[in-house]
Amino acid sequence: MSDEKDARPNGRTDEKPSRRDVIKRVGQTAGVLAGAAVLGRLLWDRGGTASAATATAQARDFRSKAASSQDAAELAIARAKSDEAEPSADALVRRAVDAMGGMQRFIGRGDVVVIKPNIGWDRLPIHAANTNPDVVAALVKLVLDAGAKKVVVADASCNDPHRCYQRSGIWRAAYGLGAEVVLPDEHRFRTTRMNGEILDEWPIFTTLMDADKVINVPVAKHHNLAKYTAAMKNWYGMLGGRRNRLHQNIDTSIADLAGFMRPTLVVVDAMRVLMRNGPQGGNIDDTKVMNTVVATTDQVAADAYGATLIGQHRDNLPYLKVAHDRGIGTMFWEKLRVREV
Amino acid sequence: MKRPGSGIPARASIRALKWLRRASQIFFFALFMYFLLQTGFRGNFAAGSDAPVRLPYPVEAFLLANPFVSIMTVLSTHTVYRGLLWSLGLIALTLIVGRAFCGWICPFGALHHFFGWILPSRRGRGAARVEANKTHGRRQRIKYYIMVASLLGAVAGSAIGGMLDPICVAVRSIGLGVIPGTQYIMHRAFGAVENVPARAVQSAAGHAEDALAQAVWGSHQFYFHQTWLIVFLLVAVVFMNRFIPRFWCRVLCPLGALLGVFARFALFGMEKNHAKCTDCNLCLVHCQGADSPQGGVKWRQDECHMCLNCENACPEDVIKFRFLPNRKSAIREPDLQRRTLLATTAAGAAFIPATRIADSLDVNYHSKVIRPPGAVEERAFLERCIRCGECMKVCPNNALHPAMFEAGIEGLWTPILIPRIGYCEHSCVLCGQVCPTGAIQKITEKEKLGLGVAPVKIGTAFYDHGRCLPWAMQTPCIVCEEFCPTSPKAIWVEEVEAPVREKTPGPNGEPPAMKTVKLQRPHVDPSLCIGCGACEKVCPVQDQPAVYVTSVGESRSKTNVILLENTKYQSKS
Repeated sequence: MSDEKDARPNGRTDEKPSRRDVIKRVGQTAGVLAGAAVLGRLLWDRGGTASAATATAQARDFRSKAASSQDAAELAIARAKSDEAEPSADALVRRAVDAMGGMQRFIGRGDVVVIKPNIGWDRLPIHAANTNPDVVAALVKLVLDAGAKKVVVADASCNDPHRCYQRSGIWRAAYGLGAEVVLPDEHRFRTTRMNGEILDEWPIFTTLMDADKVINVPVAKHHNLAKYTAAMKNWYGMLGGRRNRLHQNIDTSIADLAGFMRPTLVVVDAMRVLMRNGPQGGNIDDTKVMNTVVATTDQVAADAYGATLIGQHRDNLPYLKVAHDRGIGTMFWEKLRVREV
Repeated sequence: MKRPGSGIPARASIRALKWLRRASQIFFFALFMYFLLQTGFRGNFAAGSDAPVRLPYPVEAFLLANPFVSIMTVLSTHTVYRGLLWSLGLIALTLIVGRAFCGWICPFGALHHFFGWILPSRRGRGAARVEANKTHGRRQRIKYYIMVASLLGAVAGSAIGGMLDPICVAVRSIGLGVIPGTQYIMHRAFGAVENVPARAVQSAAGHAEDALAQAVWGSHQFYFHQTWLIVFLLVAVVFMNRFIPRFWCRVLCPLGALLGVFARFALFGMEKNHAKCTDCNLCLVHCQGADSPQGGVKWRQDECHMCLNCENACPEDVIKFRFLPNRKSAIREPDLQRRTLLATTAAGAAFIPATRIADSLDVNYHSKVIRPPGAVEERAFLERCIRCGECMKVCPNNALHPAMFEAGIEGLWTPILIPRIGYCEHSCVLCGQVCPTGAIQKITEKEKLGLGVAPVKIGTAFYDHGRCLPWAMQTPCIVCEEFCPTSPKAIWVEEVEAPVREKTPGPNGEPPAMKTVKLQRPHVDPSLCIGCGACEKVCPVQDQPAVYVTSVGESRSKTNVILLENTKYQSKS
């Protein structure tokens, strides 16, 4: 600006800049150059690709550390008795969990407990594509009675989650009992290393992992590709991103998930079972009332037993064998302490 | 407030009314934004599982009260669709108090009022602002020509004027551009904050994101096809406030023009006492409509927004607003050039036939023009669709998008379904619920699903066997079949055993051995397919899916069909 003031009417200035001015101007130029050089060096990506920080993968193990007593079942099957006038999900869940040693065996005072039902589809309870809301409600009650501080119910749905949560009846049932029902909002997913055989890095619904205890509450149903699915496949509901690719190797991906997520307790809802056209269903004629609830800590055994409900057998379900061989559980459920109540 | 000159403050009632106007503008803008944010299903923890899914508020209310929309659709369809009868209320208001809607209610007007106040350039203040606020006939006539051309376009069979209706512009640009854009920026910002290695900061950011997702935008980021153009036009008209305050309202707004036509009958208006005017121009400094409030010239009733700023500012009691004013110093009709008027009339009437000769209708069906469920037949659809974007905003799956030129230039910003981005949720009928003009009819879930009647079909799915995993790559998949929502499923699978080559060559350089794999290969039953696009959405072949939906077979059309059984001329007509 000072140059302008000094300018002669003809617009030229004959005076040379002062020494102070020269030092200042050269100094500014050098300073900007040095700054650019330092910044460039600091941010230099020498190898050509910014190396991503790789966190060490870790399975999420929520299994109860308390030793199981010999009285408690390892696989409890609560089936409505023929003389029961109106079989209630509440009573069946209670019987199954009691046979496992009661909810106190699994839930401690002050625990934050996540209940993970299947809320995958925009279907009504009668279509049996989602977990029965009464089963979820019964578990919320049991967990709260056992002294849990907070109960969270959540799933990453396939259809519009608002619609699935509402029309499955689970939102109202769980919210009414004081559970926190969390929608699978986009920002709740975080890319996590899973170190599975095919599931390497994947966006994970963090709400399902930020807990002290996790209860897996699937619905038993037919699945056109995997034939029968319930407990292990239910962990698809913790994945974000484009999980449609997983079908190309559905058996290994199910086993990967079950290895990554080890729940405190598994309660399989077989009150009404989708026998055909799974997993989405939509036709009441495809369902069958079974009034059964299965509780166990072994996801593999849960599915191996559950498959028999729709007339399937473990030998036809490769994911059971993969999981069994990896030691996630046993597919020979008969070898567990089974109790029918 | 002490005024220069006489020093006598304005009448108490006028001062109170000015503040009431400001409150009204803020209230209606807030209401508009609230309705816009509520245009989407948020779920309800108290609702039972079989309660029908509906929105709790009449989120399209501003459009229903819009006489420009209703007159356009009356001209094109000769009926007043349902809630549009509310627009009589706004006509009644205008007949009593002139264009008070523009100054008191219009949310887009309030936006321009605000930016006209905050944005003027250095050269847009003082004398320059007085100059900018004087009536500029040539400029301000443009909106009347736009209105006339739109109405003639409607007569010719297209509600194309909705492109420039202020409420439509506001819903479209804010709903499809500003809100998702802000959400995107916020999500990025919070994502960066969540990477700060401090637990307290992370959880604060997480809670803020929870609150925003719940109270403001919902659970997922939405994207809208080519929405940059929509946002660019918004930015352009807002930026014009820097040079000409309320450029949009004075120059372009066809709704303002329409209300200006009715304003001539208004019972409330301005009287001037020219003798008292000292030419201080304080009225002009604050004028919104550029309607000549100053002494010495006649007031332009059709341009005035009834903001009452001029009387508030006048130090000499020149200006007085009252019921049944004398009309000595008022011009009540828009002054229009007859030739320009005739030319725009002709242009409006000729444009629609011209676009239709350009093969977008009747002879050529664009495969990507998949209209929302419940949309009426294409000609009737164009007669009704005002491109407001309500359906796109409400769609829970981000399936509906503003068309660029897929539906011809006439179909710019009309809704099309892009299944790759989102599919049509099977039990959802919300787009028809919010459509103010019946371009999408208010169908029930029963009608859509086809319980007791034929289901609503919006297209048909096709397989690209060259890209489909079980067909081309001998790899199991059938995600499409899993997501197919109809019962029985429109996608069925064929169990096959197919040869596949081993990955590694045999010993001694022999070619790789062959083995046999069991596969389920998907097929579409076109008589069951409803074109919802769930299969296309979930197809793992990411860039160009192996199953895709095109508009053929849509139940709204009698000609864009494949199957003989869907050509029920007898029963339909």
